[in-house]
Amino acid sequence: MSDNQAPVVIVGSGLAGYGVAREWRRASPDTPLVIVTQDGGDSYSKPMLSNALASGKTAATLVMKPAQTMARDLAATVLTRRAVKALDTATQTLTLDDGQALRYRDLVLALGADPIRVPMQGDAADAVLSVNDLDDFAALAQAVDAAQPGPTRQVVIVGAGLIGCEFANDLLSRGFTPVIVDPADRALSRLLPEPASAALQAALSAAGVQWRLGATVQRVDRDGLGGFRVTLSQGEVMPAALVLSAVGLRPRTALASASGLHVARGIVTDRRLQTSAPHVWAVGDCAEVDGLNLPYVMPLMHQSRALASTLNGTPTALAYPAMPVVVKTPAWPTVVCPPPASVPATWRVAVQTDDELETHALNDAGALVGFSLHGKAVGRRAALAGQLVSGPWG
Amino acid sequence: MKTYQCIVCGFVYDEAAGLPEEGLKPGTLWADIPEDWACPDCGVAKADFEMVEI
Repeated sequence: MSDNQAPVVIVGSGLAGYGVAREWRRASPDTPLVIVTQDGGDSYSKPMLSNALASGKTAATLVMKPAQTMARDLAATVLTRRAVKALDTATQTLTLDDGQALRYRDLVLALGADPIRVPMQGDAADAVLSVNDLDDFAALAQAVDAAQPGPTRQVVIVGAGLIGCEFANDLLSRGFTPVIVDPADRALSRLLPEPASAALQAALSAAGVQWRLGATVQRVDRDGLGGFRVTLSQGEVMPAALVLSAVGLRPRTALASASGLHVARGIVTDRRLQTSAPHVWAVGDCAEVDGLNLPYVMPLMHQSRALASTLNGTPTALAYPAMPVVVKTPAWPTVVCPPPASVPATWRVAVQTDDELETHALNDAGALVGFSLHGKAVGRRAALAGQLVSGPWG
Repeated sequence: MKTYQCIVCGFVYDEAAGLPEEGLKPGTLWADIPEDWACPDCGVAKADFEMVEI
């Protein structure tokens, strides 16, 4: 059943949802558009959340455009603080949490992802923060302000991945000593080769970050003074002004699963971003596009453009260029372009001095399939990207 | 000389510094960057940058 009078409906107001809306509006200024979001609907840059403390930003100043301005600029109805309860792909209807039924011509799921939380014991396990959206950042900023005059300068960060390292670097700027805890034996172990992890750890250590690698957080308890007592797996107990979890993201798939859409790690789509149901599309952190779930900004910008073309009547398959990932650690600037998961690769160090490091991932034929650049070497990103012989799909 | 910031990822373009690795010499004015140029960090189009006060 198709209904050309019904609006295009986008669920989600993050970079993916608003990205699709913005790109689509360029060629389709008049078609009705409804955006449903469980957030406040303000437009902000998610990558800036993990370096906002150092740049003196607040949750309020991170807002690029309030929801009302977005609604006006996009000529859209933006329904904020609303959840989608059900999706019926046969009748092309969404049901919102207040019972409102919303028919769609096309539905774009830009639902995002949830922070993964590892189970912890203790009476303050539920006080552990994670930062995945603007509301979360506001909570972190409030906790930072409250903790700053406190007795301990220490903060515990669970997870030595990209977000954990970025927040550690950012919290240094407010005079805290971040302690990063991770069961892995090195930082960014899933993105970087070993020498690059070592160099990043050394630079962050020199800036004041401490590490507890090969360890997990067992308990988080209140210390009775407004702070926390964190117990690690080896039995070490340390004070913490706040505890931040940055373990990774899990695509939001519950709505899709309940509606019978094909779901794997994310909501499964083809390279046109189409899910297993007609007129239902998925983009951004919730989407698994032909096997790839890439929770970074550059992929979703390419997805937004391709999907906008398709929704405007020109079916367009996604073509990813090389998409290096920027790790916002000013103590040791880092850009990494991981090799495709489907390609066996061997890493080697190409350049290493005190102030730069360049590593290459090579395939069996010795051709470049990935790289990482650090320190002064980050300026060579465009040159290296141009030498890659394979894109993200291999 | 002015500075522009990407509204999507926060990347900053400083006219004074240019972006030599992308072929933009120091002193390249924002207005002189091609319209099809995109943010090196996130790929957003030039039209979606906005000026940051310095």
